[in-house]
Amino acid sequence: MKPTDISSPDHFHKVVDCQWACPAHTPVPEYIRMIAAGRYADAYMVNWHSNVFPGILGRTCDRPCEPACRRGRVEEEPVAICRLKRVAADNKGDVSGRMPEIPSERNGRRIACIGAGPSSLTVARDLAPLGYEVHVYDAHAKAGGFIRQQIPRFRLPEEVIDEECGYILDRGGVVTHLNSRVDSLKALLDEGYDAVFVGSGAPRGRELDVPGRQEAAANIHLGIDWLASVSFGHVKSVGRRVIVLGGGNTAMDCCRSARRLGGEDVKVVVRSGFEEMKASPWEKEDAMQEGIPILNFLVPKRVLHEDGRLTGMVFEKVAAQYDEKGRRNLLPTGEPDVILECDDVLVAIGQENAFPWIEPDAGVEFDRWGLPKLDPKTLQSTHPKVFFGGDAAFGPKNIIWAVAHGHEAAVSIDLLCRGVDVADRPPPDTRLASQKMGIHEWAYDNAVSPDLRYKVPHIPPEKALRDITVEVELGFDREMAYLEAERCLNCDVQTVFSAKLCIECDACVDICPTDCITFTDNGEEDELRTRLKAPAVNLYQDLYVQDGLKTGRVMVKDEDVCLHCGMCAERCPTGAWDMQKFLLETAKPKAHACHSR
Amino acid sequence: MSYLPKPKLHHPKLPTNAIGLTRRDYEGAISTLCAGCGHDSISAAIIQACFNLSLPPHRIAKMSGIGCSSKTPTYFLGAAHGFNSVHGRMPSVLTGAYLANRDLIYLGVSGDGDSASIGFGQFAHSIRRGVNMTYIVENNGVYGLTKGQFSATSDLGSVAKKGTVNTDQPIDLAAIAVQLGATFVARSFSGDKEQLVPLIEAALLHEGAAFLDVLSPCVAFNNHAGSTKSYDYVREHNDALNKLDVMLKRDEITVSYAPGEVTEVTQHDGSLLRLRKLHAGHDPTNRASAMHHILERKAAGEIVTGLIYVEPNPSALHEHLGTVPTPLNALGDAVLCPGIEALERINASLR
Repeated sequence: MKPTDISSPDHFHKVVDCQWACPAHTPVPEYIRMIAAGRYADAYMVNWHSNVFPGILGRTCDRPCEPACRRGRVEEEPVAICRLKRVAADNKGDVSGRMPEIPSERNGRRIACIGAGPSSLTVARDLAPLGYEVHVYDAHAKAGGFIRQQIPRFRLPEEVIDEECGYILDRGGVVTHLNSRVDSLKALLDEGYDAVFVGSGAPRGRELDVPGRQEAAANIHLGIDWLASVSFGHVKSVGRRVIVLGGGNTAMDCCRSARRLGGEDVKVVVRSGFEEMKASPWEKEDAMQEGIPILNFLVPKRVLHEDGRLTGMVFEKVAAQYDEKGRRNLLPTGEPDVILECDDVLVAIGQENAFPWIEPDAGVEFDRWGLPKLDPKTLQSTHPKVFFGGDAAFGPKNIIWAVAHGHEAAVSIDLLCRGVDVADRPPPDTRLASQKMGIHEWAYDNAVSPDLRYKVPHIPPEKALRDITVEVELGFDREMAYLEAERCLNCDVQTVFSAKLCIECDACVDICPTDCITFTDNGEEDELRTRLKAPAVNLYQDLYVQDGLKTGRVMVKDEDVCLHCGMCAERCPTGAWDMQKFLLETAKPKAHACHSR
Repeated sequence: MSYLPKPKLHHPKLPTNAIGLTRRDYEGAISTLCAGCGHDSISAAIIQACFNLSLPPHRIAKMSGIGCSSKTPTYFLGAAHGFNSVHGRMPSVLTGAYLANRDLIYLGVSGDGDSASIGFGQFAHSIRRGVNMTYIVENNGVYGLTKGQFSATSDLGSVAKKGTVNTDQPIDLAAIAVQLGATFVARSFSGDKEQLVPLIEAALLHEGAAFLDVLSPCVAFNNHAGSTKSYDYVREHNDALNKLDVMLKRDEITVSYAPGEVTEVTQHDGSLLRLRKLHAGHDPTNRASAMHHILERKAAGEIVTGLIYVEPNPSALHEHLGTVPTPLNALGDAVLCPGIEALERINASLR
């Protein structure tokens, strides 16, 4: 194998599994250490710079970081990264003085953002401090988009949305046009905007197409619309018996909301198996804890109605069968149909994009699924001034992806306005700094906590179900947050090896608690992986290879289960191993000297 | 050294041995020796060997004297019996323990000061008596605890850290062990676990006096240019006689070699030592051949390593003494002290 090139940020970035997995690449271990140190405001700002909505995401994120967490590979469960983020938000105090200044002198560029959801707000957040004048348009009365309309209050209090939208919209540089639906892209472009960002989401709920749907329409609701109505107070009650169709997070929000609005017998019915449901495991768990059964392998067949009133639904029982290509088919089992009686049906079987306001001749091309044709890196559409992000770009994803798109689009827009090729992306900011303070003292807490994952306290279910605005999760208190934060392995503190200092004494090999390090003859990767001290079977995790040793062997470290405990560096007599903190911040648009037209 | 204990978390695929233990279960406390000490590698090799052999840790007694080497039993086999004796007196304490309980596996750990200077006589007599033990000398050729004076195994002409040149002849403990009648003699290097681990395994299985001289560089006082016991010097002058594979009775033997390439020695417990020859003419079962090779390679300026000598059918002290198979410590007072009449009978038989 070729020696690992550590001058490129990718190797060490990938070692920080959580940060690598996060679409916005938030430096997770960095802020977790700050939480452990009680530096909540600092932790909040690290998040804010990277993911813009720490208080919101700390309650609602899809957490791609957690399945990636190394702790889950060496112990049972990952660090509760998401809920630690909330701790930073809950305890930060006043951070308004830490926000970037919005210059009173504008740079003369005007940007329009369609939709006031997370991706548009991220674009505004990134561009306003550089002197851009950002105009945000939204059809609703309040900003937030999906966050505001569809996430129930018992998961996300409205004050948190107000606060975090306020950091973007109320500090100058951003002009908010609420209650203004954009009906024409061409008209908007004619207003002379330098760039247009489309962050209008995937606003259309997928319809249920079965007999009886129209006849019983009064009691069949599209999930996202219904959630928005609940959110804005237009809907205050629901029937006693409710069926929720769909297995995603929206379905979980629907069933739990229904449970709080008078639904006593609420069921979730999914076509697939329980395991294949799209909803996050913790959201399924929360729903089931509130007494909501999830019935799987049932395909809607018919809506039952009497005198124009919904009475129930008929489902066909199916089973999953896999063809020779491994594709799943749901085939009827032949068992008798299942009839479930109900008073209301909530349909949460997917969302679709809809751009009726973009004229066919506006210069924006769409693919055959109705999604805009985009450069996946720059998010530029076929119209050079029009960019897409969030659910509007590639179909429904989640908030953290929307934020990541917002950052990339902001970089593109800034490049475009400066007359630079948008494909010419700036590199991320990286730093690598030794953590050594003494022979066995480090600037980070290298002791590995043996604790298992702490559970976030909830309010008692009887209380939770009484009021739809009462937040269910209480969040970690400071003590629990400290203990949970200590479970973090500090994967950003890298083991950096210097072959010219090594005397090949084996001290690091002997001490390593997880058998990561081997000194051996070089070979091809596939073969090398089999003859390490512990075979490196996790192919997703890279090997760190360094040559230049006196014996002609190579040092091979399997990054898979390294605890970053620093024992190798403590036991190294020559300092050939050093623990160095790797900090990566993705490229954001930055202030530039020449910014006027 | 480290302040923190080694984290308990381990590799998720850490294998277990025949008695259900992982290698980590054979560890001891974290080492307080200097970082990079060869002794720590020997501890790791002992851990690996005991794991490989599936030895129950509580059936092992680790004995030591005084010195850096003699501290190491704290750092391996935390669940074994241990005795840290007076300087140079490990062999007699070990002999006593062995006489009292022949059922334990005895592992003596000593250094070049402990065994070649103050305890030289003790070393010699425990070997010639044939105590059933594995006697490991962690040989760094220097008095590390007292900051780097030459020890009795320092080579003639070796240069100390401050520049002094050694003018005394070295004691070659392996050669002396062969001469004293050890039935298993090997030499190895702390920086070569591929060689060291099977040698320790074979020694632990050997039912007689097994002696292992392990060169173990002292990073603090004997790892400089001019030293003959530094990592670099030993690597450059390491002349291995053979490559050893240890096969337990239960192992299936699948690899075969052309005749003449290998020497196979079946030990008393049924284990098979398969030696792939690297030196033509060396017969590891021939004591004269062993002595010849040690002296010849030494004259050539090389350090001979590997399994130097093994007696396939050794006998140990308990057989020499004709003691009962039951360990003496398991016998009751009435048996051990049969009374005046028994004494009379013995005395009468000697008149």
